[in-house]
Amino acid sequence: MTNEAIKEYITQHAPDATYDETGEWLNIVVESNQLKPLAAVLHGQPMQMDFLFCLTCVDYTTHLTMVYHFTATKDRSMNIVIKTNLDRANPIIETLCDIWRTAEFHEREVFEMFGVTFLHHPDLRNLILEEETAIAVDEKKEGGDEKKGYWPLRKDFEDPINMIKL
Amino acid sequence: MYNQTEIIKDTTDLGPDGELVINMGPQHPATHGVLHLVVTLNGETIKKIEPHLGYIHRSIEKMCERLSYRQFIYVTSRMDYLSSHINNTACALLIEKGMQIEVPERAKVVRTILNELTRIASHELWIGAMAMDLGAFTPFFYAFREREMITDIMEDTCGARLTMNYIVPGGLMYDIHPNFQTKVKAFVKQFKEKVTEYEDLVTGNIIFQSRTKGVGVLTAEDAISYGCSGPVARASGVSCDMRKIAPYDAYDRVEFDEVIETAGDSFARYIVRVKEMNQSIRIIEQLIDNIPEGEFVGKTKNVLKLNKGEFYQRVETARGEFGVFIVSEGGTTPYRIKFRSPGFSNLSVLNHIAKGSKIGDLMATMGTLDLVIPDIDR
Amino acid sequence: MLSLESITKTTQDWLFAKFSPEIALTIECVIVILLCITLFAVLGLVLVLLERKVAARIQIRLGPNRVGPGGIFQTAADTLKLIMKEGLTPDSADKFLFNLAPFIVMMVAMLLLAPIAFAKNFQIWDINIGVLYISAVSSLSVIGILMAGWASNNKYSLLGAMRSGAQIVSYELSAGFAVLTIVVLTGSLRISDIVASQENGWWLFKGHIPVIIAFVLYIIAVTAETNRAPFDLAEAESELTAGFHTEYSGMKFALFFLAEYINIFIVCAIGATLFLGGWMPLHIGHWDGFNHIMDYIPSSVWFMGKTFFLIFVIMWFRWTFPRLRVDQLLNLEWKYLLPISLFNLLLVTVIAIMGWHF
Repeated sequence: MTNEAIKEYITQHAPDATYDETGEWLNIVVESNQLKPLAAVLHGQPMQMDFLFCLTCVDYTTHLTMVYHFTATKDRSMNIVIKTNLDRANPIIETLCDIWRTAEFHEREVFEMFGVTFLHHPDLRNLILEEETAIAVDEKKEGGDEKKGYWPLRKDFEDPINMIKL
Repeated sequence: MYNQTEIIKDTTDLGPDGELVINMGPQHPATHGVLHLVVTLNGETIKKIEPHLGYIHRSIEKMCERLSYRQFIYVTSRMDYLSSHINNTACALLIEKGMQIEVPERAKVVRTILNELTRIASHELWIGAMAMDLGAFTPFFYAFREREMITDIMEDTCGARLTMNYIVPGGLMYDIHPNFQTKVKAFVKQFKEKVTEYEDLVTGNIIFQSRTKGVGVLTAEDAISYGCSGPVARASGVSCDMRKIAPYDAYDRVEFDEVIETAGDSFARYIVRVKEMNQSIRIIEQLIDNIPEGEFVGKTKNVLKLNKGEFYQRVETARGEFGVFIVSEGGTTPYRIKFRSPGFSNLSVLNHIAKGSKIGDLMATMGTLDLVIPDIDR
Repeated sequence: MLSLESITKTTQDWLFAKFSPEIALTIECVIVILLCITLFAVLGLVLVLLERKVAARIQIRLGPNRVGPGGIFQTAADTLKLIMKEGLTPDSADKFLFNLAPFIVMMVAMLLLAPIAFAKNFQIWDINIGVLYISAVSSLSVIGILMAGWASNNKYSLLGAMRSGAQIVSYELSAGFAVLTIVVLTGSLRISDIVASQENGWWLFKGHIPVIIAFVLYIIAVTAETNRAPFDLAEAESELTAGFHTEYSGMKFALFFLAEYINIFIVCAIGATLFLGGWMPLHIGHWDGFNHIMDYIPSSVWFMGKTFFLIFVIMWFRWTFPRLRVDQLLNLEWKYLLPISLFNLLLVTVIAIMGWHF
């Protein structure tokens, strides 16, 4: 499938999607509530994007962006990137792990590193960081005006002990 | 013997009685590092495996946000320390792609040879460690005999034996050692003679076969769904060799076969890796006499700046598909960097394929997934 | 000729001439105990060193080579280290049973020495039920192992002990049947009778194929019974860290370690006695010259040579084979070895009745 065909096909299912072809692969930006239906469409016929090889999040300080990289094992030259912007104060998105099982671990990583909540995730807990760390920090910040989580990969994360300011 | 033992598929039937929860790791001989598995057992049968990661988490992704495009490559050697050359190559390739740096032919060929040597070294270590998991100690020493030759070549080439840091954006850090070709040829000769030795010791052994055949079966659908790559997916019949799909460096000019097995069990994963070593030797043989003369590093600016945008580079490490995703804001450091490590996805399938089998099968399954913990934790 | 037989005889005569029979007997007992303990210590040191050297040879390396010439004092140094180490007892362990277990395992190993004929007429106790005694006592060691696993209050230990229990109880049967084939052929349970019956040829050679089958079964079964690879599931270090002795350290661990090697020695000694003629020299038919030369080699050398050959074979297994899984281990015994041994025993009985053996 060419990029044009993909765009045409996706527009049928997600009319609001915007496209960006400046990079190596076709980037599709959708609203966060449209992601799940679109993902199901991508996974099904005729696209068969059955291989989710990268799932991550980027903190742009104004918003968070979820980035999904898909490819099809039938045709590995066909790669697409789907992005969706999330509210930084309250990032919530539907999980994809019922479609791609690999999303389960990757979403857990994003959850603890960026604080993104994945709805309907079967087991949303910290995977790499300690469970206690997040709780302890939350309690410490309880008295302050804004409750902040312990999300190391966000840009405003500060750790005076382990991070050296350049 | 193996086909007479049942593997209980539905573990929920076993009920909560007689449940035994044991912590395998972070200090455990079979987890090869600090992997922590919380294993729920019913007698000898595994009901559930829950990996707890992070014992060697160094937040490399965050560290890289503070390091320049020349510096961050060194950190990647510390992730999958058995394929450090290949990790370095991925980062170098990404920067070269982002900045359109011309890489000299010589550098490309040398990189390819080194990558394949790294792959052999990694598989050699794996073959020994996996045999040790199954209780056979001796193959470890046989495998290390050949691996030692590779590490010696690496030492001659770049001064390091494990964390090479030899590949830089634009080519190589130094030119190769004058006796590089002789040593590699000597290694190829020795490898071809000796590889049969530990293959005889392991492959044909009836106990080894009964321990691995039909154990930890991963279907092709599950392999795709769980994002498995590398030998793990190829043993299930999924074609996923990045060297074929998106050739980089000199892979487009060499002939080699992508090894694919269809059984999906531990034995198939073993066979895939053994055959892959032979394919790597094939690649090295094609290139070693044809290293072009010329520059070993292309012209680059002193300070590298990636254009604003997003870049992704995939390479095939010994464990599977390694991806580097960089979001650049145009500065001298990456804005956000994500390493897609093959081990992370391969680990996620462990619970699915090992539950219902015995503790001994867990070792065979885990061993053939070839987990490297620093690669998983990053 | 100076032989072990004459030394013991002289000592006994002298003791009984010098003291009253009760005191003489007591002194004899003390001497035997001292000799046993010395044998244990020496065997432990030698076997551990042997194992390390054999392993090194198989694994294309040198093995211990720093302490003493060729590393022969390495195990002595290791023992010293183990003695100096603190013998930890876990806080939540059942302290009495935990500390008792290594001694039980050790005691069982010591008891087994009694009926073994080390040389011609050199035996602690020529009991008339020697083979039965060995079978009975050797199965006691499982109690020590279960005790260790249970009292450690460690899940790995418990799993290891349970595996060990299942394994020893199962393989006892095959080993027993293999031993019985020789008893059937000899018609006696007494060790000295069994050895004497092999004067004109070892059972392995004159007992036809059934005895060879029994010998192979015996070697497999005792490898399993002593928890050696490829049947070392009880301490499968890649699965259960160290199995039943995970929590033991220092000298208490050393006792388990020593008992393992002593057990190997004993089962190999029994194997040598039953199948390879014990201290009997190698005699071939009517080659009188050859037989005479063989007679000049002391009987103790014959015995030790055969035993150490079997020990070497068992060590060879360990460094070559991967480990079996627990269900495969039990399948192997109950579905293959046990039926074969039962049938084999029948076959041997027929041979013995018909007098078809040499």
